Amino acid sequence: MTTLEKIMEQLKHYDGPPIQIMEVCGTHTSAILKTGVKDLVSDRIKLISGPGCPVCVTPASFVDRLVSLSLQPNTCILSFGDMMKVTGTEASLTGAKAKGGHVSLIHSPLQAIKLAEENPDIQYIIAAVGFETTTPSYALLIDSMVKNNIKNIKLLTSLKTISPAIGFVCENVNDIDAFLCPGHVSVIVGSKSFEHLAELYHKPFVIAGFDGPQILAAVLAIVYQICDKKGEMKNLYKSVVSYDGNPAAQNITQRYFTPYDALWRGIGVIGGSGLRLRDEYAFLDAGTEEEYDRQAAGCSCSDIILGKLSPEECPLFGGVCTPLSPVGPCMVSAEGACGIYYRFGKRGMTS
Amino acid sequence: MIIDMQYGSGGKETGTLIGDIFLKHFSNSILNKLEDAATLSTSGKIAFTTDSFVVTPLFFKGGDIGRLAVCGTVNDLLTAGAVPRYISTGFIIEEGADTEQLEAIAASMGRTAKEAKVQIVAGDTKVIEGNGGIYINTAGIGDIIGKGVSISGCKEGDAVIVTGTLGDHHACILSARMGLENPIESDAAPLVSIVHSLYQNSISIHAMRDVTRGGLATILNEIAVSSGKRIDIDESALPVDPTVQSLCGILGLDPLYMGNEGKMLIVVPSSQAETALKLIRKAKYGKCATIIGTVKEGNGVTLKTLLGGKRIVDVLYGEGLPRIC
Repeated sequence: MTTLEKIMEQLKHYDGPPIQIMEVCGTHTSAILKTGVKDLVSDRIKLISGPGCPVCVTPASFVDRLVSLSLQPNTCILSFGDMMKVTGTEASLTGAKAKGGHVSLIHSPLQAIKLAEENPDIQYIIAAVGFETTTPSYALLIDSMVKNNIKNIKLLTSLKTISPAIGFVCENVNDIDAFLCPGHVSVIVGSKSFEHLAELYHKPFVIAGFDGPQILAAVLAIVYQICDKKGEMKNLYKSVVSYDGNPAAQNITQRYFTPYDALWRGIGVIGGSGLRLRDEYAFLDAGTEEEYDRQAAGCSCSDIILGKLSPEECPLFGGVCTPLSPVGPCMVSAEGACGIYYRFGKRGMTS
Repeated sequence: MIIDMQYGSGGKETGTLIGDIFLKHFSNSILNKLEDAATLSTSGKIAFTTDSFVVTPLFFKGGDIGRLAVCGTVNDLLTAGAVPRYISTGFIIEEGADTEQLEAIAASMGRTAKEAKVQIVAGDTKVIEGNGGIYINTAGIGDIIGKGVSISGCKEGDAVIVTGTLGDHHACILSARMGLENPIESDAAPLVSIVHSLYQNSISIHAMRDVTRGGLATILNEIAVSSGKRIDIDESALPVDPTVQSLCGILGLDPLYMGNEGKMLIVVPSSQAETALKLIRKAKYGKCATIIGTVKEGNGVTLKTLLGGKRIVDVLYGEGLPRIC
C-alpha cells in the first residue's frame, strides 16, 4: 500500500468525533472540488469554505466608485477579470463598460506602466483588490511609477489581510475545529503567522499545497491533532513556505501600505484587516471614500463567506443565481465558493 | 510592400494581389478561370459550412491564420461525415498589412488545402482602414459519405475517443501573447486521414465534433445534451502534453476548457472502440488518441478524478481566451 493509499484508507474510515475544517483560500476550495476530496473522506469530516476570495469580500462601495470613475472622460479602469461582473449598489464594471465606461482587463498590475507611458493623456486607475499574495505586485507597480516618474496612474484599493479574518471566524463562528491554511498567502507571510493563531485559539492550523494528495495529507494531520487534543501549526508545504515568509514582499508592502480597519462584504468591519496607501503616498489614491456594503435580497453570501452555510444550502444557488447571472459575489469569482461548487460540485449528478 | 486602400479598389492593384499571391498559391482549374462564381460537381448529398478567423498573432508556432482557416472548415465538414471537396475564402485586410505576410499566409493555405485534398475555388479580397490586421473567412462543401453522424447520435455504452492531446493551440497562442518562451506548438491540422481511415474500415461513427473553443468539456456537454445521455470520463485517461500541463499549472488553466485546432472527439460503439483507436493512432495526427470515457443513460458529464472522487464537468463560463482562431 502506498503512503497515499494509507492516508486515504484512514480518512475514509475515520469514525471519531465530527470535525469541521475550514479552508481559507479559494484555490483550495477549487482543488478540493476538482479532485473530489470530499468523496474520499468519512462523512464525519466536513470541509467548509471560508473568506478566501478577495473579490467576494470587496464591499459595494468599491464597485460603485469604480463604476463612477469609469464613466469620467479620459479615465480608464484597469481591472482583473474577476472584478468585472461583481455588482455594487446597482451596476458592475461590465455594465458600466456597455454604457460607454472605459475598462480594460489586465493580468498583472505592471502592465499599467506600458499603457500609461503610451497614453500620457489618459488617467489610469487600478482596481487594486487582493490579499497578501497580490498586494506586493501593487507595491512593485508604485515603486516603478515613482522611479519612472509616471503621473497618470492611481490606485483605488480594497486590499485585505487574511489573519485578522481567520481570527474573526475563530471568535464568531463556533463550530470550526481547524483550518487548512492558504498555501500562497503562507509563502508571503510565513508559517509564523499561523503559529500565532494556533497558539491564540488552540486549534490545528495546517499549511498545505494545492494538489489532491497534499490536501488529503493535511486533513489527516488535522485529524491526528484533534484526536490528540492538540492545536498546533503544522507546515506541510515546506518546499515553498518558510517560517518567516518572503521578507522582500513584506518590506515593499510595508513601504507603501499601512493597516486599517477594513469593511468585508457580508461580514462587517474587522480591526486591522485592510491595507491602504500610507499618508505620504495618498496622492496616488483614486479617491477612496467611506466603505459601505449592500447585499442583494435573498443572497446568502455573507453566511457562505463565514462558513455558516454551504453554497448548496442557499435557496438561490443554481436557480436564480448561476455563473451566467450571479446574484452575489461568491457566484461571480473563479475563487468564490458558490461559483466553484456550481462548476465542479455534484449539482444534478445522476449516479 | 505595404498594402494600402488602393489594393481594395477592384482595379489594377487588386489584380496584383489576386495574380501574384492568391492564384500563385491556390491554383487549380476551377479557380484559374476567374469566373464570378465557381461551377462545381458533387456526388449527391453535401455538407456545407462557414467559419471566420480573427486570431492574433497571425503567425505562431506550428501554424498561422491561413492554416487555421483551411483546417477549421475542413474539420467542420468532417464532423458531418463528409469528404471535404471545395472551399472558398474571403480576406479582409487592414491597410498597413504587408504583401510578404499575406503571401506567407496564402502559401500556408495552399499547402494545407493540398494536404487536406480540397480545392480553393472561390475568393474575395477587401481592404479596410486599420492597423495591418488580416481576417479570413472560409466556407466549404463536402460529399457526405458517413450516414447518420450527428452530435445527437450517442448510444448507451458507446466509447468516447479523443484523437490527441488537449489544449495545445490555446496554450501556444497564450504563450505567444504573453511573450513566454516554450516549445508548445499549435496542433492546427486537417483531420481528413483520421476520419477517412475509420470510414474505410467500416467503423460506424455515432457522433463527432472537433475540439475547438470552449474545450473538450464544453463539447462533451453539447453532445450529452443533444443525445440525451450522460458521458462519464476518466481524468487519468485525458491526454495532455507535459509542457502544456506545466503551463496550465503555473497559470491556473484547465486543459478541459482550452481550445484545439486539430483534435476530434469521436463516439463509436464499444464493440468497435479498440479497432477504431488503433486506426486513429496509425493515421497522421492521431498517435496520442485515447479512449477517455463512456456514454451512459442519464444527463450531464461526470469525471472520475485521479484520486478516485467524482465531480461534474460543466461548460465553459465567460469568454476564455478571445481571438484564439
